[in-house]
Amino acid sequence: MPVIRVRGLRYRYPEGAQALNGVDFDLEPGECVAVFGANGSGKTTFVLHLNGLLEGEGSIEICGLPVIKQNLARIRRKIGLIFQDSDEQLFLPTLIEDVAFGPMNLGMPPEQAAARAQKALERVGMGALLNRTPYHLSSGEKRRAAIAGVLAMEPEILVLDEPTTSLDPPGQRELADLLRDLPQAKLLVTHDVFFARALASRAVFFERGRIAAEGTVEEIVARFNWTPR
Amino acid sequence: MGDAAIERWSRQQSVLHRRDARAKIGALFAFLAAVSTTSPDSQIAFAGYALLLAAVIAAARLPFPGLLRRAALGLPFAAGFALLLWFSGERARALALLEKCYLSAAGALLLVATTPMPELLRALEILHLPRTVVLVIHFLYRYLFVISGQARRMRWAASSRGRLQFRSAAGALAVLFARSSARASGIYQAMLARGFSGQFPALAPPRWRAADAAFLIAAALASAAVRMAL
Repeated sequence: MPVIRVRGLRYRYPEGAQALNGVDFDLEPGECVAVFGANGSGKTTFVLHLNGLLEGEGSIEICGLPVIKQNLARIRRKIGLIFQDSDEQLFLPTLIEDVAFGPMNLGMPPEQAAARAQKALERVGMGALLNRTPYHLSSGEKRRAAIAGVLAMEPEILVLDEPTTSLDPPGQRELADLLRDLPQAKLLVTHDVFFARALASRAVFFERGRIAAEGTVEEIVARFNWTPR
Repeated sequence: MGDAAIERWSRQQSVLHRRDARAKIGALFAFLAAVSTTSPDSQIAFAGYALLLAAVIAAARLPFPGLLRRAALGLPFAAGFALLLWFSGERARALALLEKCYLSAAGALLLVATTPMPELLRALEILHLPRTVVLVIHFLYRYLFVISGQARRMRWAASSRGRLQFRSAAGALAVLFARSSARASGIYQAMLARGFSGQFPALAPPRWRAADAAFLIAAALASAAVRMAL
């Protein structure tokens, strides 16, 4: 059974732009899929539907659960979204509190949530920085902290929106190594072909709010001439 | 509040930094109460308070010049009233007003400069400041750095294309506001994605030690002693 199943998803922004125009998509357990497409082709809008932040027409199931209001709490613990701007994801005064935010929202007692947070921070190699404030971190550290914040909820799926933005090459390498070792199914929204090659076994290409093609990363890159030069 | 030096000071180590934030808040209130009720004529008492503060600044191993300069930031606000008093012939009261204002600012600054913001906010919350107020202060503090960074980059971009003029500055302010509002909705989405349901959970409360009680009592007694004796 796929962990993400999307059928006929359509969405029009309140301002009137048709952002999604019939998306069908499956993600299998353990699979890592790259999502390519031009700016404004609907990639981020698509991702925001997966945990119910946006609500369009069509059907979405996460681990067999339809994405409807009654299921949102359960769905948000199964699917972890890591946003493009880590500053927006890290909003609590210290790292440990920030990473414990998710588990506390799941109703865990503080000690247990703190233990989970600590484990997640150790998992991303930041176990020594528990009491640091987020704005003292480097971009790479912020990105890993944001991932820890999601891992602490023990999700089955990770969705990363432009994860390599503002990371230096060593930071990108570390992130790729970290993600490769995580067992979750992954969806990578990215322009970074190198990064996608390193991780994804399959790619889809968004065009005007629908998936125009899918195949291996190499096939998609060749077909749409999707390299910087 | 978005002062990087104060933020750095608050994370140093000293006997004062180690005290529970609640003890420091209590000590500050005792000090403020003593200062504000001191008679304007008793100049020697103000000298006494200044000595007290100096001792605490030294114990906290904070740099005197930087701290004393920042404490003066509030003076222009009091200066207007002080001038009025001065010209109506109440020179002692005018002087005392400025002194009280400066001493109070220095005391409050000392609290902020020896207490990391997260600890301070948690203490305020335990002391029953409404959670909403605490959260507003927290978000203000957290994103002040992000937004001021954004403002700085916009200023650089503008001045590298020529001089920044008043009209373009007004436009830039509007853009900054729009960006901040977009960021706010981004933060809210990130919170929802991690299961936020309207309640802000808090991790374990801080521990109150005997040394904290001793500090609070000593500070209150010292303030009261200066108030009574001088």
